[in-house]
Formats: sequence, C-alpha cells, structure tokens
Amino acid sequence: MRDAAWPSGVYLAEFANADRFREALVRLREKGYTRLETYTPFPVPGTDGPLGLPRSRLPVAIFVIGLLGAIAAYAIQWYANAQSYPLNIGGRPPHAIPAFIVSTFEGTVLAASLAAFFGLFVVLRLPRLWHPVFEVDGFERATVDRFWIAIDARDRRSDAAMTARELDALGALRVVHLEQA
Amino acid sequence: MRAPARAALATDAELTPAERDRLLLRGAAADRATAYVALADHLLASIWTRSLVWWLLFGIAGLLSLLLVVAITYTVAVGIGTWGNNIPVAWAFAITDFVWWIGIGHAGTFISAFLLLLNQKWRASINRVAEAMTLFALVQAGLFPVLHLGRPWFAYWLIPYPATMGVWPNFKSSLPWDVAAVSTYFTVSLLFWYLGLVPDLASARDRVKGRARRMVYGVFALGWRGSGFEWQRYRVAYTILGGLATPLVISVHSVVSLDFSIAQLPGWHSTIFPPYFVVGAIYSGFAMVLLLLLPLRHAFGLQDVITEKHLENIAKLTLTTGLMLAYSYVMESFMAWYSGDLYERYMYLFARPLGPYAVVYWIMTLLNVATPQIFWWRRCRRSPVILFLASLGILAGMWLERFEIIVSSLNRDFLSSSWHFYFPTWVDLSLLAGSIGFFGLLFLLFVRYVPPVAISEVQELRYTLAHRSSEEAEHA
Repeated sequence: MRDAAWPSGVYLAEFANADRFREALVRLREKGYTRLETYTPFPVPGTDGPLGLPRSRLPVAIFVIGLLGAIAAYAIQWYANAQSYPLNIGGRPPHAIPAFIVSTFEGTVLAASLAAFFGLFVVLRLPRLWHPVFEVDGFERATVDRFWIAIDARDRRSDAAMTARELDALGALRVVHLEQA
Repeated sequence: MRAPARAALATDAELTPAERDRLLLRGAAADRATAYVALADHLLASIWTRSLVWWLLFGIAGLLSLLLVVAITYTVAVGIGTWGNNIPVAWAFAITDFVWWIGIGHAGTFISAFLLLLNQKWRASINRVAEAMTLFALVQAGLFPVLHLGRPWFAYWLIPYPATMGVWPNFKSSLPWDVAAVSTYFTVSLLFWYLGLVPDLASARDRVKGRARRMVYGVFALGWRGSGFEWQRYRVAYTILGGLATPLVISVHSVVSLDFSIAQLPGWHSTIFPPYFVVGAIYSGFAMVLLLLLPLRHAFGLQDVITEKHLENIAKLTLTTGLMLAYSYVMESFMAWYSGDLYERYMYLFARPLGPYAVVYWIMTLLNVATPQIFWWRRCRRSPVILFLASLGILAGMWLERFEIIVSSLNRDFLSSSWHFYFPTWVDLSLLAGSIGFFGLLFLLFVRYVPPVAISEVQELRYTLAHRSSEEAEHA
C-alpha cells in the first residue's frame, strides 16, 4: 500500500480544479518527486503515468482462481454423478461431458468474480476504519469536489520549506503538513 | 492504537493579507470553474429528501409485500395444491413469474457490463438504477422455484454437498443448471453493484448530516478515500468483473430456456429457445428500466443527468430487441410448419392462435410486436409519457408470452382425454402481485438510502466531456 503509513510525515496539497491538479502532479514528477499519491473524487485521466503505479497482478490471480473454479465445478459433477452415485437415466453415460458444461461455466464465472471482488479489497487493504488523511479538516471533500496530492516526507526531494512553497506555486488552495502519520 | 496525527494547518493567522487574498481568489475561481460539489449534492439529494409521494408509494408497496407474505405462508402451510396448476399443467404461474423476473434482470447487466465493455459512456447515469433493478428482480425470481419445490425447507438439497443420504443432484437434468446459473448471476450482480457503489458511499459518508448516518455510510464505504492507487486497481477489477458479467447476460436466460427446450413437448422442444429467451429478456428489462427511470428522473429533477438522449437510446435498444423478438415469433411458427411434424404444427398453428388461450396469444402478439414500432418516431422515443405507457405494455406482453409458452404447451397433452383448462387461484395472483409490490418496496428503499446515480462516473464523464469540447474549441 503506497499510503499505508508516513512515518516521517506527509505534505498534503488541496486543489480545486482537476486540470490544475493534474498539471501540478506532472510538474512535481518532473521536478523529481517519486513518493506521490493523489486523492480524487473520480479517476482523473492521465494521472496514472505521473504516479508511476506498477502494473496490477490482480488479473493473473483472477484468471488462476477462475480456472480453479472450473476444475472444481467439473470435478464435483464428475464425482457426484459418475463416481459416488451413478444413475442410469435413459441409458445416458454417467460421465456426461456435454451436460456438465453449463455448471462448469457457472463455476468459472463465480470463482473469478469472487476473486476479482475480494482480491481487490485484499490489494487495497480495505476495509479500514481509520487513515491519517481522515484527520485533515476539509479532507472529506476529496470524495466530492477537491483534488489532493500527497508527498511523502521521505521523498528524496522533499524539504520542509521548499515542498510547501513548490506546492503553493503550483496553485494549491492550501498545503497541510502532517508531521507523523 | 491510533497514531496521534497532528494536522499543522496553514491557517489564516499564518498568512499575510496578500497571501490570504490570493488564496480566496483561487478558491472562488476554482469553485466557479468546477461545480462538482453541486453535482454531487444534486445526485445525493434523493437520500436526504423526504417526500409524501415516496411514503405513499412505500405504503402501497408495503401492503402488497404483506400480501406476498400471506400468500407464501399459506402456500407453505397448506401446500402447492392451493395453486391452480395440476397435471397436465404442472407448471404455470410460478414458473411464468420466475422466467419473467429473471428476464427483467437482464437489462441491468446488459447496461452495466455489456455497455461498459463497449465503452458506451452514456451508461454512466443509468447503470446504478439498472443494476439495482437486476438485483431486486432476481430476489423475486428466486422465490418462485423455491416455493414450487413444495417443501421449500429442503431447498438446500439442490446444492451438491456430501449428504448422509448419499445422494447428489443429477447434473444431467437442466434444473440443477438453473440453480447454478441463477445463483451465480445473483452473486455476480451483487458484487458488481456493490463495487460500483463503494466510491459513492464514500461521497455519501462525507456529505450526509448526522453522526449516525455518517457512521453507517462510513462502514459500508469500507474506508475508501479515492487514492490514485485505489482508483487504478479499482478500474482493473471493475472492468474484469464487467467482462465476467457479460457472458452471464447471454448464458442465464439461455440456461432458463433449456428447462423447456430439453423437454420433448411441442411448443417447448425448439433450438431457437436460447437466443429467443435472451432477446425477450433484454427487451422486457429495458421496459422495466424505463418504468423505473422515468418517475425517478421526474421526482428528483435529474433531467440534466438522465437526459432525453438516454431515454432515446433505451427506446432504440427496445425497438431493436423488439424486432428480434418478432423475428423469433415468425421463425418459431415457420419451423413448426417446416418440420412437417403433426404435433408441432398443431401446437403452433392451431392450439396457440385458435385454442383456449387464443386471447392471451393475440394480446401478447399485439403488445410485444406492435408496441415497440412507435419508437420509429423520434417524438415517441423522447416523450416520457409515451415511453412509460409503452413500457407497461411491453412488460405485460412479456409476462403473457411466458405464460403462453408454458401453459398453452402443457394444457393440450398428447392424449386428448387429459386436456385441461388452467385457471389461476387467488394464491397465484397474490404471489404475482405481491412480488411486484416487494420489488417496488426494495426499489423505494434503494432510492432512499443509496445514491441512485453513479456520482463518480458522472463526474468523470463531465470532466471528459468538458475537455473534449475545450480541445475542439482550440482546434477550431
């Protein structure tokens, strides 16, 4: 988790305008900041690059679990109808491959969907009751109409006076410094 | 242990007057430029607005739901002999209701998943309502087959588990396929709906007044804060979930149709059934989406979010699926004649159009085939009143279609001495009316407690559109 903890503190800058926010983010990246995080009411296009997020491995996990779901669904049907309790219905074979396809498909979709949903929350470390940013007055507008940039104080370029000044110069409404979070 | 975080705010006191002026100017200009807060409040308004109409509708839906409870209790206590069905019409109202409700659900998944993958941005303002509709329709649908078991308290026998009895469900039958398809569909719809809701629940948490409500929304928002990392991973998971839900649009009603087409009964035993059922399902679902959107849009003044363009698009899709359905009707009868089979020909060319349920057949054909034709006219596609009435017609028509397929095929058995005219009892009618009431009840609660329009998606759409228009202005 990128914003799980800021042991040395964090600078939070509030922006009122999505374009100015995006431009500020790009400029900060150009200046050499790397430990950046954003908080926005909607995913602002063109911010993934400056944040330098690694490619998600979630799709691979979903694929593997979906495959396991398919195998499990087929295995249950095979065991139940061909091994444990074979019934002769109209002379059809107990191991009836075409008849097992439907439930196998459903098993795949079900397992993969559960993996996508719960996998996401594992990756995001959610649910959580508290986060340092919730202590900032006015931060609640990050889910409504304000755009925030967070700079980890451990960032190599970070410097108490300079970072705040730079954020201000980029058009931040205000800069908040959390000393320890 | 909560880490004591001290917010060292750059308060007004630390600023020079010049700086403060600059700050205020920036804030004011920014607020003018982005009216996102107004948009969010507008879209959240339904969850803090109280209205008399809502209570009135809630009362009606509540009474009908009580009727449902009475009918279910009576059915379970006395048995399904209280229903009108009997041999040879072993399936009637309950299965009709089941197929009808499942079908209605399909439009929600179509709008939220299919259109998501096709990058149809206009879905943003209607997908939440459509998904909720799917979920609540599936709740109703699930009631009927379970009650139809006769001993619903043994419903868990449908699940393959290592029972001490040593027996298993027979997966060569199409009925356990139904269980797998419908339960998967419900689960995936629920996950998809909730995942879409999380950012909006966070908005609700941060906007509602009162500590108790903030805490409830806070718990359901799971601690969402809209970080860049969260958004990026969220979109990955949401798109994949959409991709997984998409085949369900096609598969679920196909599986439901197999309940019929696998049986060797004229009127059921037909290869056209899976696509025919899916098309009918999406068709009836769009009608239900319109039926719910139109009053919602009017009640909360959402005309600028759910625009006439949205209504027109849904009307066009309704027309398209309506034409596909009409084609299915024609092909069904043509294939019966072309097969040369005596019983097929009798069922499609005599028993249905001229038999005991001929009235149902002709009303159904009129409603389903004729109603959508008005959508060739632009004015009809954009008029809320006409759309509302047309939706009612289509929903009634689709219910009658399910009834026609099920009952008219069964009531004239191969042996004419066992022919039987089916008529529903008050319990059958109460279950149908009650399920409609319960559906309405759930929907009213949804409108009251959950943001009915996807706020973050509409905001993103607004941002994208604003950008596109400014870029176009630059190029011009």
